[in-house]
Amino acid sequence: MKRLLIALFCILTLPVFANEPAATTAEATDKEAFSPGEMILHHIGDSHEWHWFSTDRDDHYTTYLPVIAYRPNKGLSVFSSRNLAEGKEYDGLKLEHEHLEAEDGSKVYDFSITKNVASLMLSALLLVVVFTTVARGYAKRGTGAPKGIQSFFEPIIVFVRDEVAKKSIGPKYKRYMPYLLTVFFFIWFNNLLGLLPGGANLTGNIAVTLTLAVLTLLITLFSSNKNYWHHIFATPGVPKALLPIMIPVELIGILVKPFSLMVRLFANITAGHIVILSFISLIFIFRNVGVAPVTLAFGLFINMLELLVAILQAYIFTLLTAMYIGGAVEEHHDADYQMGGGDGADNAHANHAH
Amino acid sequence: MQIVTPEFGLIFWQLVIFGIVLLLLRTFAWKPILSALNEREDSIENALRLASQAKLEMQALQAGNEKLLAEARLERDRILKEATDVSNKLIEQAKNKATEEGGRMINQAREAIQNEKNAALAEVKNTAAQLSIDIAERILRRELSDNAAQKELVNSYLKEVKLN
Repeated sequence: MKRLLIALFCILTLPVFANEPAATTAEATDKEAFSPGEMILHHIGDSHEWHWFSTDRDDHYTTYLPVIAYRPNKGLSVFSSRNLAEGKEYDGLKLEHEHLEAEDGSKVYDFSITKNVASLMLSALLLVVVFTTVARGYAKRGTGAPKGIQSFFEPIIVFVRDEVAKKSIGPKYKRYMPYLLTVFFFIWFNNLLGLLPGGANLTGNIAVTLTLAVLTLLITLFSSNKNYWHHIFATPGVPKALLPIMIPVELIGILVKPFSLMVRLFANITAGHIVILSFISLIFIFRNVGVAPVTLAFGLFINMLELLVAILQAYIFTLLTAMYIGGAVEEHHDADYQMGGGDGADNAHANHAH
Repeated sequence: MQIVTPEFGLIFWQLVIFGIVLLLLRTFAWKPILSALNEREDSIENALRLASQAKLEMQALQAGNEKLLAEARLERDRILKEATDVSNKLIEQAKNKATEEGGRMINQAREAIQNEKNAALAEVKNTAAQLSIDIAERILRRELSDNAAQKELVNSYLKEVKLN
């Protein structure tokens, strides 16, 4: 899946970047040359305002979001991002490539409600509304057959419980169900919201995937039993002489697992956005109506693919989280099967999932 | 690269908001949903078990019915056989009785005939005796002088008796 995406990305975006200088020289007379790389980076990155669209006459339709900055020397300051629009400076603060900086170069902690934070709040609200509605369906119908939105989500919830949690964690799965379900639906919903026109690229943001991965790491570590640590510090079936090598490898393995979770989700979602945006950019690069049908067709195809990737990545993240937790809470380790690491089977799965 | 540099603010908000969502969903969504699902699964399992139990009971009942039916059939056959036997016996008895009665009646008849015959013979003997007395009387009353004549007379009377 990902390899296919990357291949597509390589083939289809190389000409884009290759054409860039030519296009720039061709449109040199224009006030501002179109730069697809910049446009794409702008779209997949975070910003302090929610930009919807612009017209030819440079009218920007933008929702300005609140900026919340904390400076150790000046304290908290809250104001609209309108004050910082187009490189303006306000209260000793300015935006440098969407990065809030103090004029005097002092340290600034940026707690702003950026586009991603706003989108995050929206998705949080959506999640709570949707799943309390689903829960109400159960309260209303009891053990009766599900109906409406309840019957849409029930198979997915049952799938996460039976195929992901029960199979990967085992008998202790119940404790981890709330986290697994929340992570699954959080990623899925935000992946889908990110595909909407004007949507934020939340799950394609490294900060978000980092947080989720760290949460998975913390849950794994806090639920780990002595078997898990025994495996790391005295891997069964490994000669004593090799332990000085094995222990660092195992310790790195603890960190590599969440790191792979972080990078996988970030890269998949961001790559999808880049591919779609690249196809759209083709229209502006060629400035030719003839390109539109091709671009549209490919864009539509990638969009469909992204709908699949949205749920697939949510599933992979949840499955791997469940597997890492399963490895940490496992009661009995079989030395023969687990040679070379407590997550030998997990890694095989991780590679396979790709 | 900016896109691979995690922003501190977003990490903060992600932690806070995701934490709140996790807590809210855990209390108000996942717990009721999962317990309802478990409950339903249990009730379905129970219903299935009950159904299979009922099926077994049905089968047992059917087997019992068949057994009863077989027993009833045997009983019927037995009763029929008994009735036939009884009727045969009755017929036999009646036949025997009739034969016996017939025999008895024949014997009675024979006896009666014998009696009649005896009575008749007795009467003949009486009559013969009467006649002899009568004859003797008559001889005595007629001439008792002539021996020859007396003898002749007795003979004639005896002839008469023999003829009679």
